[in-house]
Amino acid sequence: MTTIEIDHTSRWFGNVVAVNDVSMTVGPGVTGLLGPNGAGKSTLINMMAGFLEPSTGKVTLDGTQIWRNETVYKSIGIVPEREGMYDFLTGREFVVANAELHGLGDAAAHKALATVEMEYAQDRKISTYSKGMRQRVKMASALVHDPSVLLLDEPFNGMDPRQRMQLMELLRRMGAEGRTVLFSSHILEEVEQLASHIEVIVAGRHAASGDFRKIRRLMTDRPHRYLVRSSDDRALAAALIADPSTAGIEVDVTEKALRIQAVDFGRFTTLLPKVARENGIRLLTVSPSDESLESVFSYLVAA
Amino acid sequence: MYDPTVARLTYRALLGRRRAAILFVLPVLLVAIAVAVRAFAGADDGVASGVLGGFAIATMVPLIGVIAGTGAIGPEIDDGSIVYLLAKPVKRPTIIFTKLIVAVAVTMLFSALPTFVAGLILNGNGGQIAVAYTIAALVASIAYSALFLLLGTVSRHAVVFGLVYALVWEALFGSLVPGARTLSVQQWSLSVAEKVAGDGVVTSDVGLPLATVLLIGVTVAATWYAGQKLRALKLAGEE
Repeated sequence: MTTIEIDHTSRWFGNVVAVNDVSMTVGPGVTGLLGPNGAGKSTLINMMAGFLEPSTGKVTLDGTQIWRNETVYKSIGIVPEREGMYDFLTGREFVVANAELHGLGDAAAHKALATVEMEYAQDRKISTYSKGMRQRVKMASALVHDPSVLLLDEPFNGMDPRQRMQLMELLRRMGAEGRTVLFSSHILEEVEQLASHIEVIVAGRHAASGDFRKIRRLMTDRPHRYLVRSSDDRALAAALIADPSTAGIEVDVTEKALRIQAVDFGRFTTLLPKVARENGIRLLTVSPSDESLESVFSYLVAA
Repeated sequence: MYDPTVARLTYRALLGRRRAAILFVLPVLLVAIAVAVRAFAGADDGVASGVLGGFAIATMVPLIGVIAGTGAIGPEIDDGSIVYLLAKPVKRPTIIFTKLIVAVAVTMLFSALPTFVAGLILNGNGGQIAVAYTIAALVASIAYSALFLLLGTVSRHAVVFGLVYALVWEALFGSLVPGARTLSVQQWSLSVAEKVAGDGVVTSDVGLPLATVLLIGVTVAATWYAGQKLRALKLAGEE
């Protein structure tokens, strides 16, 4: 059982604070590190991976400091986001080299390549690989020494749906085996499908922590704004405002549309079509107007 | 201290890049010059010394040192693939020392060997000139590799700085400012060659004891410091 502990850790680059006083514990199972781009996820992962010194605070693996301590790599496997990976080697040569650097042999490399189902292309040069294949070979290089901790930075970026499913299945299995698996993502659905535990990072701060139900509730309970156009905007507005799920409605004359603020997301989404049907109103446009991830996350920070 | 896997990756990265073409071009050029000079001027100790000292030692060895020394680590840091070496329980000084060995071997192969061949062509090793300059090239290969490996570890513009040092400092300042010659790998290595060659054929501005101390000192200090820098290498600064 291996645990990474982040204790009041900050990291800044010049005047820019990338990670701001974050404390969290990452234990066995799959943890998703969720946040918009530029939130500090990579900085945090790099500190956990020993590639970056915390400006303040401590990052430890089972109590031992990670920074400047290469022995931690006996139990940590890392899948970096960057693509640079000795493209002139074949997949097999690359994974074998990684195994050798751990003091292991060909057998470990073959096992890792089999785990990620890359044996069929192992004798091709990495430079000829697709993004998903590169990702799987990176994964094999990280698994070669059977690590108890696996850190993955945006592992699903650029993968097609089938590759995504395969990797999710693999990570789920790793988590079920009792490994500590942490991956970062800016896509809620990805994290929700895979992670049993979610840590949310926004603008360098630790915004929320918990299982996906808790995070989902936090995210859906916020006020939602919609832009709605219909065959009879004023009649629709009158019918909607009678229900407590709607907090406010504005008739936008220039846009010829209604701007609706809903407080109970679940109830509002079933209410709107029902009210329209009952009143014989046709809905022409229903579009969420603040669904950008940033606005969702910034709501979480404020919460 | 030496890791064969790191060495293998370094060799292949070094010789597999386009930049490596310079490694082949310069020695071919030197030998071509030697053949032409021998054909037109005949065997002459002074001319042989001029070609080997002026082109081989002053230009070719430092340039190959820059390519091999910075190329042994710089591109890996640039494209991030060094992660795969760093995320291993391998001591950082071991990585640096291994890369130094590779850089030294490559520099020696592509500079000292052609220097010897050119020397034989120029005057058939008369006055021990071929051997003397070959030894200078061997000695310089070690110090240049260590210096430029350090440069490749600390700077993203290592090749530029390396060229500035090799061409501006050693070639230009070295010929204009006498003091600059004391701090020149070229002069240190020539001081070693001076002892080997016949009287007055090779000259250096630095005495052998000082040159030896400086050669060893620079090599050891640069290698040690590169190991320390690699221990604290920050891979992420982009975000």
